[in-house]
Formats: sequence, C-alpha cells, structure tokens
Amino acid sequence: MKKLTTALLAAAAMTSVSAGIAFAQADYPTSPVTIVVPFAAGGPTDTVTRLIAEPMSAELGQQVIVQNVAGAGGTLAGTQVANAPADGYQILMHHIGMSTAPTLYPDLAYNPLEDFEMIGLVTNVPMTVIARKDFEPNTFEELVTYVQENADSVTYANAGIGAASHLCGLLFMSAIDTQVTTVPYQGTGPAMTDLLGGQVDFMCDQTTNTTGQITSGEVKGYAVTTPERLDALPDLPTTAEAGLEEFQVGVWHGLYAPAGTPPEVIEKLTAALQTALQDENVITRFAELGTRPVSLEEATPEAHEAYLSEQIDLWAPIIEAAGEMAQQ
Amino acid sequence: MELLANLGIGFSAALDPTNLLYCFVGVLLGTLVGVLPGIGPTATIAMLLPITFSFEPVTALIMLAGIYYGAQYGGSTTAILINLPGESSSAVTAIDGYEMAKQGRAGPALATAALGSFFAGTVATLILAVAAPPLARAALNFGAPEYFSLIVLGLLASIALAHGSVLKALAMIVLGLLLGMVGQDIYTGTPRFTFGFFELYSGINFVSVAVGVFGVAEILRNLEHETTRDVLVKKVENLWLTKDDFKRIIAPVLRGTALGSVLGILPGGGHVLSSFASYSFEKRISKHPETFGKGAIEGVAGPESANNAGAQTSFIPMLTLGIPAHPVMALMIGAFIIQGITPGPNVINDEPILFWGIIVSMWVGNLMLVLLNLPLIGLWVKLLTIPYKVLFPAIIAFACIGCYSINLNVFDVYAIVVFGFIGYLLVKLGCEPAPLLLGFVLGPLLEEHLRRAMIISRGDPMIFVERPISAVLLAFAVAAVVVAVLPSVRRKREEVFVEDD
Repeated sequence: MKKLTTALLAAAAMTSVSAGIAFAQADYPTSPVTIVVPFAAGGPTDTVTRLIAEPMSAELGQQVIVQNVAGAGGTLAGTQVANAPADGYQILMHHIGMSTAPTLYPDLAYNPLEDFEMIGLVTNVPMTVIARKDFEPNTFEELVTYVQENADSVTYANAGIGAASHLCGLLFMSAIDTQVTTVPYQGTGPAMTDLLGGQVDFMCDQTTNTTGQITSGEVKGYAVTTPERLDALPDLPTTAEAGLEEFQVGVWHGLYAPAGTPPEVIEKLTAALQTALQDENVITRFAELGTRPVSLEEATPEAHEAYLSEQIDLWAPIIEAAGEMAQQ
Repeated sequence: MELLANLGIGFSAALDPTNLLYCFVGVLLGTLVGVLPGIGPTATIAMLLPITFSFEPVTALIMLAGIYYGAQYGGSTTAILINLPGESSSAVTAIDGYEMAKQGRAGPALATAALGSFFAGTVATLILAVAAPPLARAALNFGAPEYFSLIVLGLLASIALAHGSVLKALAMIVLGLLLGMVGQDIYTGTPRFTFGFFELYSGINFVSVAVGVFGVAEILRNLEHETTRDVLVKKVENLWLTKDDFKRIIAPVLRGTALGSVLGILPGGGHVLSSFASYSFEKRISKHPETFGKGAIEGVAGPESANNAGAQTSFIPMLTLGIPAHPVMALMIGAFIIQGITPGPNVINDEPILFWGIIVSMWVGNLMLVLLNLPLIGLWVKLLTIPYKVLFPAIIAFACIGCYSINLNVFDVYAIVVFGFIGYLLVKLGCEPAPLLLGFVLGPLLEEHLRRAMIISRGDPMIFVERPISAVLLAFAVAAVVVAVLPSVRRKREEVFVEDD
C-alpha cells in the first residue's frame, strides 16, 4: 500500500514537472528569481543589485532574491550561473570582471560570450584615484611624477585579483609606463582600512567606496576616471583634464542568464531591468553613489553583447603584458 | 556634558516604540538563529536585508545589529547543552560549558553566559559611546605585521599552555592550519588542496568542521557503548548561581570584558581571538588550572564576556570609519549604503540620531537579551532530559539543516560527515579538537597577514621586529614559549584545551 502511494505521488510529481516546463515561458516567472552577485554583501556590486532588485520584483510580479556567491574574483558565481538551469530563475549580476576573467583565469570554466545570454547593461560606476592622507603628492600630475620617480618604494592596494581596483591599477601602471608593488586585500574594506591607517600608499576604487572618505578628508582624492566630473565630487578633476586621456575606466555592470534561456524569458528580464533603471529611487540612489543608470539603448542584450566583446579585447593585452594571470 | 546630551539623543531614538519593537525582533531572531546550530547571523542578516529597505535607517540598523549580538548570546546555548558550537567563539564555551552540563550544572553555565555577556555588553557600549573615534584611529596602527605577530602570539600561547600532550596539541594546531589552507590562494587565485572539487575553491566551511569534530564526534562516542555513554544529565542541581559561583565569575568576567573590548576594536579580525585568548589567560592565572576542561565556571565566564565585548566593540571601526571588521559588519555597511547613508567618519556628525540611536539600542538590546534568556534557562535545561535516542537524531538533523542553509550547498553537509569521523578518530587518539579549530580559524589570517607584510616590506622579514607593536607582541610570544619550557613552570602547566581524558 505504501509503495503504491509513493508511486502515485511520484507520478503526480512528474506530471506537474512536465506541465511546468510547457507553461514556463508564458507564465514566467512563477517563483522567485535569484540574482547571483559574485561579491560579498555590502559591496558596491551588491548595492547596485539590491537597488534594482526591488523595482524588478514589482515589474516581474515575483520576489527577486539577491544571493552572494563571493570568491575567486567573481568566477565562482559565474561558474554557478553558467551551469544553472536555463529557465531564467537564476541570473547573474557581474561587472567589468566578466570581460577580464578569460584572460586572468586561463582555466576558466565558462566562456563569457558563449555560455551566457546577455540581458542588458546596468550602470557604469566611475572610479577615483585616492591615497593615504599624508602621501606626498597633492595633485594627479604630481602623483604620476612621484610614482614614476619612486617606483621602488610606492605601494598600491587592491581588493584582490580581478577586482575593479586591480584592473584600474593595471591600466594606471600601463598608462604611466611604471610598475609598482601591488598589495592585494580580500575586498575593498580591508584595503581601505590599511589606506586609512597609512599602511599602503594609494589605490583606485569605485566612487561607491571612496566618496565618503574623500569628502571627509580621511583620504586624498586625486582624480576621477570618467570623461566628465562628478556631481558628488565636483572638485575632483578628470584624469583627462590632468593629462592622462588613456587612463579612463569605469566599473560597468551587466545582467546575464545561462545560455539557452528562452528569448521570451530574456525579453521579460530586459523589460524588468529597463523599468528598474527608470525608477526614481534607483536614479536618486545611484546618484548618491556617484553613478547613474545606463541609457535604455544600452540596457539591451545587443548593446551588452557588443560592449562585452569590445572590453574583452581591450583588457586581454593589458593583463597579459602585466603577467598577472592566475597560476593554475 | 556633551556625552549626556548625545546619550539623550540616543535614548530618545532607541526608546521610540517602533525601534524598541524592532530591536526586540532583532535580538529574538538573533537568539533563535544562534541557538539553531549552523544558521549564523551573517546568513540571517543577508536574508533580512531586503526587508529593511522600507524601514527608517535607524530602525533597520537597530534590528540588524540586534540580530548580530543576539546570535552571540544564542550561540553559547547549544555549545553548553549539546557540545555544538555554531561559531568559533562558542567553541571555547563548549569546553567547560558542556562539562558543566554533564555534571548537571547546565543552569549555572547558561546563567553565567547570560550575565557575563550582559555585563560585557554594557561596558563595551559605554566604551563605544565615550571613546569610539579615537580608539578606531588608534586601531588603524595595526597593519599586517602587527596582526601577524598577534596571531603568532595567540597560537603560541595556546601551545605553551597545553599539558602532557604538547605534541598532540601542536599537531592539532598544525592540522587546523593545513585545513585552513584549502581553497584558492587569495593572492594568486591558485587552487590548493581542492582535489578537483569546485566546492572546495572557497575553502572548507567552518560550521561543517565545528559541527563535525565537536558535535558529531561526541555523538559517535556516546553511541559507542551503551554502558560507557555519558548520561547527559545525571541530575539537575540548580538553575541559578550559588554565592560561591558569583565570587568565582566576577574576576574572569572583568578580565574577559577588558580583553574582548580591546581585541574587538581591531578591524583586521581581532575579535576571533577574544574568546580563545580569554580562555588561555584565565587558565594561565588560575590557582586551579587542573579544573579547566572539567567544568570550571571561569572557563565559561571569561570567554563569554570576551566574546560579547568583542562583538560590541567591533562596531567601532564600522561606525566611526566605515570599515568592516568581519562579514557581518560588511553587511551592515551595505545596509547603510542601501539606506542612502555613506558610511564613514561623517556619520557621527551628519546622522547623530542614527549613530547614538544604534549605540543606545545595543545596551537596550542587551538588557532585553538577559530578560529573554534568563527565564528560558529552565526550558533549555529540560531539553537535556529528552532521551538520547530521540535527541541525537534531532541534533544531527538540525545541524545539517543549519549548515546547508548557509550556502545552500550539499557539499557542506557531506563535509560534516567527514569531519564527524575525523573528530571521532581524534577523540580515540586522545587529540583535542579545540586547537584544531583554533588553527583552522587563524590559519588563513596568519597566512594573509604574513604574506601582505612581506609584500609591503619587499621581502624583508625585519619588518616584524622594526615595528614596535609587532616587536612587543613577538616578545610576548617568545616569553610564552620560554615559560612553557621552564621546568618549574612545566609542573603547573595544564592543558588549555581539555576535551576528554
């Protein structure tokens, strides 16, 4: 009797599963959608994700859950989502690291362009070059000269391999043609701690992490890496103004679904993303973080894919020249 | 008095009915997740973060902070009752707390934990209110070399104090250090000891190790022979502390509070050392070190106070400088940012209601915790009268659920099984799991700071003796070894980590 019940239950369960697949695309989403964030909770990427998750929930009619899968410069989360069912219930928020991972990690378990469907770009967070309060140079020009002259003693902090601060440092060193000692940390928090304590000399990080410290005078701000000055930090010149046009970098964020996700599902996700990017609260909060949502044309799968492949090509030679690949 | 005015602002914010309610919700949730083995405050706060979007910033942060320190209270309950520490800090409580429970003194052990924590929480809150900004600034002098030397001191102090089986304690610490090496190298991303398991890239889950080597190993040992099984409770003597107990806990509580407060302020992970350090210290200065590991109430009072004081003062770097000391503080910073407040030195001036409200709410929350926990002691102790054949499957089930819930990863559950058998083997070999856990927790930190210091000094090891704080810490470490080697002292030396005989 017990066996029969089990068999009946199993049969019922299987029927409902197959029915579920048939209706999946039309009904999507019928259960909560998870956005996997490849970095620790509380970080800038996490904040950006949590801010858009709320209006996306409203648009999709289902709870959007943020899950943090930190580790290995974001590639742990990338691998997880690349191998997730292609049903749109598990998607990935990733930043610029998506375009550098193939070069940084020769054994990477996924191909950013082939193993994902793009949903759209989200925002491009500006970066700032900052230093400990008592660091000698006072302007960005002085910093460049100082670093070039004291390359043997200057230390640069970053938040770990593949982090935005790591990439920004590589681009800076490539632009001024000088290599300095890089001190890696596990995340921006500990790196900032040591910068405040004067244990390291300078770093480059997203405005989300640095604006408060710059305005309070706890660290020295030199420049922003965007084409225009920022409303949140009007006194900070751009790197171009300071004479280093080739040093421009932003932490762009995009949303990804596993390859093979049905186009109808992607469409709904893109629509939800676009709604979120027009949300008043999102715009205000992004501004407080020193950034703004991308335009609606950029928040599309097509623009996202084009930008991703452009960025992969940009970073590969810089990373290879620095010899900064992870040894496997 | 500016301080009084500030505290006034804080009290009016913290005693606002809505904030009072959410403070209670926070500490209650914290106690519950602390009691359930495995489900820690990090997972809980991460899950609840989105709910706090719609709250006022001060309400949201009061609740999230409540979850954090509430969990510190709850975590010791399972450590004492069923030898199942959910966090590194409660691993120390398990040593003597569980022994006390086995002797029928679970009530006094729980009461000690609650009272010690409350006292420590009150003192640490006062420290926060009076001197947070200068303390945070002083703590910034701790760089990689200082942290390295501090951890060396912590490890050596516990080896030096180990008894008879110094070699075994040393072996356990080294094994723990090695287990801590599993996962990706943080500086190069190179996978180490992962044996092709993708799940091991981020290292072995702490809860799996703790639950395995403590809880599951203990269960296996108890199931071994019907006749040799420790009857969990012989008799429940009393629920409350005797006059003599009070006398014995006063000094350890004071010392634990001081030690925990200092270590908690260090943003690079000093708080993980606090309970271990307090236990080593209490045993070192005790007139009866042989009672440690056999149900010494001092071994519960000191570490529990140190742990709670450290938990409280670890808010200092976050509130005054906007830098997180550990993952829970990183989440709190995330909560600030989501609320549109940029964490940093400006918070204290720009958001006085928030700053002082959180501080005062911590004291209010600690008071709630004592009022909540003391009446529950009777209930918890009754739990021990449940027949073992019913209790142990329930313990294992809860531990597995809790462990799974952290990363939603079945691999972590399999790891419990593996570590359960390893723990059982260690018990049979007369090795103690606590040093293993200490090594496991401190190993990655030791490596991180050693390598960072060497990068900063460009490979010159003199950095460890040229920097004064680091040099002093290393001198203490050498002293700890010398003391252990001196024959006259060796006679008195006792094991710091006693698990069984």
